[in-house]
Amino acid sequence: MQHRMLLPVVFEAGNSVEQRMSSWRSMKPVIERRQCTNCLICWIYCPEPAIYRDADGLVQIDYDHCKGCGICAEECPRRAIRMVVEHEQP
Amino acid sequence: MNSLKQTVLMTGDEAVAYAVKQSDVDFISAYPITPQTIIVERLSEYVASGQVDAAFVPVESEHSALSACVGASLCGARVFTSTSSQGLALMHEIMYVASGLRCPIVMAVANRALSAPINIHGDHSDIMGSRDSGWVQIFCESPQEAYHYTIQAFRLAEHSEVLLPVAVNLDGFTVSHSSEPVETLSDEEVKNYLPHLPRPRLDYGSPHTFGVLALPTHYFEFKLEQAKALENAGAVVGEVVKTYPEPSGALRKFTVDGESGRVVVVGMGGAMGTVRHLVLNMGLEFFTLISVRMFSPFPGRELVEYLSDAEAIIVMDRAMSPGMASPPLASNIKSVLYDEGVRTPVVSVVYGLGGREPTTSMVRGLLNKVRSRVEAGSVKSHVLYLGAGGELR
Amino acid sequence: MTQVTKLEQLYGREGISPGHLACQGCGALVAVRQILLAAEPPFIVVSPTSCLEVVTSQYPYTAWRVPWVHVAFENAAAVASGVEAALRVLERKGRGRRQKVLVIAGDGGTYDIGLQALSGALERGHSLLYVCYDNEAYMNTGIQRSAATPLNAITTTTPRGKPEPKKDIIAIVAAHNIPYAATASPHLWKDLANKVRKAMSIEGPKFLHVLAPCPRGWRYDPKHTIKIARLAVETRVFPIYEVENGKYRLNYVTARPRPVEEYLATQERFAHLLKPENRHLLEEFKKMVEERWQRLLELATSSVKT
Repeated sequence: MQHRMLLPVVFEAGNSVEQRMSSWRSMKPVIERRQCTNCLICWIYCPEPAIYRDADGLVQIDYDHCKGCGICAEECPRRAIRMVVEHEQP
Repeated sequence: MNSLKQTVLMTGDEAVAYAVKQSDVDFISAYPITPQTIIVERLSEYVASGQVDAAFVPVESEHSALSACVGASLCGARVFTSTSSQGLALMHEIMYVASGLRCPIVMAVANRALSAPINIHGDHSDIMGSRDSGWVQIFCESPQEAYHYTIQAFRLAEHSEVLLPVAVNLDGFTVSHSSEPVETLSDEEVKNYLPHLPRPRLDYGSPHTFGVLALPTHYFEFKLEQAKALENAGAVVGEVVKTYPEPSGALRKFTVDGESGRVVVVGMGGAMGTVRHLVLNMGLEFFTLISVRMFSPFPGRELVEYLSDAEAIIVMDRAMSPGMASPPLASNIKSVLYDEGVRTPVVSVVYGLGGREPTTSMVRGLLNKVRSRVEAGSVKSHVLYLGAGGELR
Repeated sequence: MTQVTKLEQLYGREGISPGHLACQGCGALVAVRQILLAAEPPFIVVSPTSCLEVVTSQYPYTAWRVPWVHVAFENAAAVASGVEAALRVLERKGRGRRQKVLVIAGDGGTYDIGLQALSGALERGHSLLYVCYDNEAYMNTGIQRSAATPLNAITTTTPRGKPEPKKDIIAIVAAHNIPYAATASPHLWKDLANKVRKAMSIEGPKFLHVLAPCPRGWRYDPKHTIKIARLAVETRVFPIYEVENGKYRLNYVTARPRPVEEYLATQERFAHLLKPENRHLLEEFKKMVEERWQRLLELATSSVKT
């Protein structure tokens, strides 16, 4: 329930999603679709999370929230993710 | 739920526990400390015997007591705790948090001196250390008042315009451990007076985040909102007491006795009984007594009406603020007088530290001394320490 | 309680939204995400002042998609005790419902300033799961040592390396005779998830000690967080085990552990140990790892016998 007083409470769960984190990174992960088996390992190791599975079951990077830490690329068992310099065309 | 209205011989501590028993409290977490221990022991017995349906959590320190209370309060529970002196000092950090998080916790404080040196007897220094913590502060003169005000404290705390914790203060030993016949309400009356109102709480069904970090861009406004709520507590007292089943027990911000006095005595707590006795029964009509019950929010404007015509004002503080311009109550009184442009001399009296009770003869001596100075036209603002060093200084 | 066997099973209900302010590669957030994915609702989360609290709750934003409360630094276990007891009584009185209680606290708010409240909560037997994510220092305030900081590690308040060994928190909590305590690492997501589920299905106080590598404080490239967690376990620096009703059980045993140096070499905070002039410190560290491992083996073996 909302309260009309100003309370030190955030009522809207998870609204941090409105904040873009993309400016934090200098490298970004790019998934090599042919190598990726959608195993979700990158997803379970992402601190944000900035990885999700789309409606077609494909693992995708959420570039609004990825900070470019590189854990996903490092841990991918198929080496299907490479880190590229931001703004480089894949 | 079958207690009838009855008169019970009780100490202040017992009266508080009895009031809490009837108030449908959900959660009690406390740590024992003299002279509050009886409250905790009584409540523990009530819970064990099933007279009170509440969780009783015997925590490992006062800091954890208030912390547990905050957690419970944020789940929507009606919460009570109690402490004194060192325990209150230990809780100090969380007092600000309880208020900042807007938890309607009721806490009875059996006021006791602060170490060092260690002293287990009564004075107000413990609660004065928490003056700025944003709690509503009520002072009781007697076990009867402790009973009535504890019940009303829940109502005040939980008021939708307030949502703040309330401290109900009773003098260590002189009120906490003195017995008098206390007239109680029936369980039914108290239950009806204290409905449970909804407020934001922790629940998986509506996940909220409590206890945020507020940067400089936001913190100030939270504090202003909190201060406003404290002012609201003063504004809604009328509403809170309107439906209180026993009008004679209704919480008043202060009482006035002997209205036509030339000198006004202002103070708080059990010792005011002594002053009232002198003023009303012992021929001291020269004086008016104002016994303050609501210290925070301070009813400054209302008090000033009774102060502006006095030839002198005696403010009795059962605490000191060493290094400061005045002790706590005197500070507030002078502040209010100054704002109203009133320059009446204020005799600030510090008394009763560490349980050195102001006897009738000590107080009579003080009043007579001030009276003679007033009559001689030579009274000035100054500070006195009543009963210290064996004589009036 | 549903056993987790496939990663698939955990996908769905995140407890944390992105957009929080954790450092890139933060091990704590990886751990916390996994814990919340595994935890079966409904539950309430309590956190003390910590990296986690600061990065997730900066008004007016919150990363928490589950109910969460922060009160102060040293009292998470006391607050959680209040939540737990209140929910029970409110359900009994028909004004609320019982929900599981989860504390997620850093090593600072657990090993040191929070130890009293933790001990009290465990002793009183409250039904809650206390998870300590351990980045081995007071990271939030800038990398100062805590009792969880390992022997010889460099922090800002141990600039020549910490002289004292890491406090054994599992031994402390186990001494309270609680039904369940365990260690876990975020690289072993399945083990961690199942431990969370197992713990939450038990009544009474449970404790989980989760390693949370910190790129900033341990000084390594953020992409190595999971690799470092893996090395901590495979070098036996951070053993993975459970204590269930007093019985020790090692969950991860390798016949051939990797040399401790491999773990130490990954982090600047230990770099000085690999210098020849500090050989004695390195030996001291290795001896400690070996002794602790042997002790765990003894405890685990004697548990089997009894």
